[in-house]
Order: sequence, then C-alpha cells, then structure tokens
Amino acid sequence: MRPLLEIKNLYFSYDEQRVLEDINLDIYEKDFLSIIGPNGGGKSTLLKLILGINKIQSGTISIEGKPSTKCLNDIGYVPQNTNINIDFPIKVLEVILMGRTKEKGLFFGYSKAEKKNAQIALEKVGLKEFANKKIGSLSGGQRQRVMIARALFSNPKILLFDEPTSSIDVKGQKEIYQLLKRLSEELTVVVVSHDISIILEYATKVAYINRTLVLHDLDTKERKFNTKDTHFCEVELLNLLGNSHKKDCSC
Amino acid sequence: MLEALSYDFMQNALVASILLSICAGIIGSLIVVNRMVFLAGGIAHTSYGGIGMAIYFGIPIFLGASVFAVGAAILIAMISLKQKGRIDTFIGLIWAVGMAIGVIFVDLTPGYNVDLMSYLFGSILAIGREDLYFIATLLVVILTTVSLWYREILAVSYDSEYAALRGVHVKLFYTLILILSALTVVVAIKIVGLILVIALLTIPIYMAEKLSSTLAGMMFISSLLSLLFTTVGLFLSYNYNLTSGATIILVAAAFLAAFSIVDFLRHR
Repeated sequence: MRPLLEIKNLYFSYDEQRVLEDINLDIYEKDFLSIIGPNGGGKSTLLKLILGINKIQSGTISIEGKPSTKCLNDIGYVPQNTNINIDFPIKVLEVILMGRTKEKGLFFGYSKAEKKNAQIALEKVGLKEFANKKIGSLSGGQRQRVMIARALFSNPKILLFDEPTSSIDVKGQKEIYQLLKRLSEELTVVVVSHDISIILEYATKVAYINRTLVLHDLDTKERKFNTKDTHFCEVELLNLLGNSHKKDCSC
Repeated sequence: MLEALSYDFMQNALVASILLSICAGIIGSLIVVNRMVFLAGGIAHTSYGGIGMAIYFGIPIFLGASVFAVGAAILIAMISLKQKGRIDTFIGLIWAVGMAIGVIFVDLTPGYNVDLMSYLFGSILAIGREDLYFIATLLVVILTTVSLWYREILAVSYDSEYAALRGVHVKLFYTLILILSALTVVVAIKIVGLILVIALLTIPIYMAEKLSSTLAGMMFISSLLSLLFTTVGLFLSYNYNLTSGATIILVAAAFLAAFSIVDFLRHR
C-alpha cells in the first residue's frame, strides 16, 4: 500500500544547529499518529516543514507522490493557540471560509457552494447554530472546534493538530477528544501532543522525535488500559510501551 | 447654518469630509485590526518631510507628501516583516528624521513663510478642486482594492499565519495595507492636521469595532461615524470661528465619551 504522507531523508538545521536528522516516516490512510518528544526536539519544526512554513533543506515530503507544498488543500491544520485576535470583528462562518485557497476566477467574496460547505464543516464539529456569532463570543473549546472546522473546510486528506488541548479547559478538552475520535474514523490524523491520554486512547502510531525519529506501532499492542476519563502520567505510559520496547530504541 | 453652504469653500469642505470619512472608515478599520496605529502615526509624521520638499521644489503638496509617505510605508513594511522586535525604535527614527527634513526644506525655501499650524491642525476650509480630485481618486483605489481582495485582506488581518498556509501572499497584502494607510494619512493631514490624524483613524473605529460583527460592517459604521464627526465639527468650527481640525476631533471625543458611558452602563 502506498503511504498517504511520505517523508524521506529529511534534514533540517537552524543556522549551524541541526534540528532534524534523516527523518523517514510513512503515514498511511486512517493512521492516527501522535508525535511526542522533548521541547526543542524538532516536533514543531517537522510540522512547519510539512505545512511548508519552513522550506525543506534536504529530503522530500510528499502527499500521494506530490510535493506537500503543491497540495495545500490536502492538509488541514489546527494551530496551537486559538486565542488570537479575540476582539476581531469576524463571524464564525468567515473564519471557516479562510480555510481554503481561493478558487481561480473568483473575484468577489465567497461562492454559494463555499458557504454551504463551510456550514457543513461547522455541523461536523457540532456548532451548527454558531455560524453568525462573533468569534470572540465563543468559549475557548468552541473556538478550538471552529479552528477544526476551518481545517476540515478544504476537504483535507490529512489533519494536523499542534497541541490541540493545551489552551482550553478540561470540559473543552473532553469535547475535543471525542471529536478527534470521530474524525479519525474518516481521516488520517497527526497530533503533536504532550497529552498522554490522546496517545493511549486513540493513536495507532507514536513517533518520538528528538532530532531523530523513532516510530512505535501501537496497532499490534494490546491496550491494557481503559482511559475513558483519566489521564496518565509519563511513567505509566513508559511502562505500557516498555513491554515491547526494543533495547536499541533511543527513547 | 444652511447659508454656509452657499460658499464654494464650504461646499468643497463638505465634499472633502464625505470622501475622507469613507477612506478613513475603511483604512482606519484595517489599521486598528492589524495593530498598525503606531506605524500609521510614524508615517503621518514622516510625511511632513515630503511636505517640506514639495514646498521647496514647487511641486503639488499632496504629490510630494504622498510619495514620501508611500516610501516610508514600504520601508516600514520591509523592516517590520524582517525584524518585528525592533520596529518601534525604527519608527521613532524615521518619525524624527522625516519631520527634520520637512523643517529644513521649509527653512531653505526663499521668501516662503509657511504656516506650520495649517499642517498641524489641518485646513479643510482651504481645500480646492484639485485636492478633491486627489481624494476622490484615492477613495476609488481603496474601494476597488478592498472589494477585489476583501477575502485576502480579511484573512491576513485575522490570522496571517494561517492565511500564508492557504496561499495568500501575506507580505504583499501587509505592504498594500500600509501604502493605502500612508495615502489616507496624507489626505487626512490636509483636513484634520498632523497631530489629529490618528484620532480620526482610531476614535470612530474603536466605537465601530464594538458595534459590528464583521470587518465590512466595522468599515461601514466607522465611515458613518467619521462623517458625523467631520460634518458636525465643520459646522461648529464655521459658526464659532474655531480651528476646524481640532473641533472635529473634540466632537469625536465627545461622542466617544457618551458612547463609553452608555456602553459601561449597559454592561454593568
């Protein structure tokens, strides 16, 4: 089977400092990949390279064989901070409409089809009735869901999340988890997160990045914990992974 | 009050107020939502250098000030896109140098004893036909730009990082917004003056931001508010023989005070 997202021999350095070294990663359809690793280990850099914010120095990142920067609409991205510009006079639907590159030949505003699709994206995240609300009147968790709808709006093949639960309250986090689970049934999901409960409950693969990348396939592992509501600390996670941890593994 | 309208200069002043109000409403909204107020202030003062040079070389003042202000806008755009952290220092620098250039060139102009006050507080009653054409052209440019690229401008203003991901040329639109701000600032200097230009680009906008839920709505409401303030200020300054620019700003400030009190009582 051909991977959906393919990263080959990727190297990246800031000035003289090498941040990523020989990264190779294949993500297949309906994978749920969780990216973990220490701060400064290169997680965000990898995300920025996939999104084309940072230019690739050496290696390739491709989606179904095409360079990832050529298929912007195939990647939906949900940024970490959803509290930017809260006072901005913008309606929820307009935020979602930002999520797609402009169609050729369209001059004024948005087409009817686009507005309809934006409404559908909003329904998918359970905020149907919020279309005409000002973005600032929503709670942090609701705003995060709007950002997810914005990412869904371009009909992406793959959804990237950067710390999706770091800036919202506990109730909001739970809603985001449930939404993530639902989305992962239809889409390929990549989540950068410190949140262990995401990894234990949903991830099929875990990539540990600290300059180099180590991939753990969780599909084959039996899930020993039922993590409906509780959170796990890193030690418990390590114990869980430890059962089949190879000795030469660097993490 | 109505008999004032029989004078040519009052008619010109009124038309100028209407045109400027729409420019200021649209551009002021963009300046405020993009947090560019300080940048616009810098451009306003730098453009005094252009006024001085225009007087010295004998070219139309609007033209001289515009070229200078647009140059400053491009420079500020380039620097703020490259190194955001140092932008305040740099604006302070071109602010001072621009004004100094203006003062020196006015000094060098033989036999020209320019009334600096008319640039500090504006001279709406001295607006001529040519000035009106200039303002009208600017308004057409602004309306065309904002309606053709509303979507891109909205995306860049709300979330520039995400806009870049969706293929919007963020640097281009950022620079464009600054250039249009520069031209609006030059026009506003003529009408309300150098010192008060920022007040006209912020007071109505601040009120409109609270009253609207879309950027377009904010532009529309702030244009209407600007129009209200400039016309009321204009007639008061005519009737009581006051400096027009200062009167306009005080009218705006009075409305703002009333608005804030009502807003405060409503949310208590």
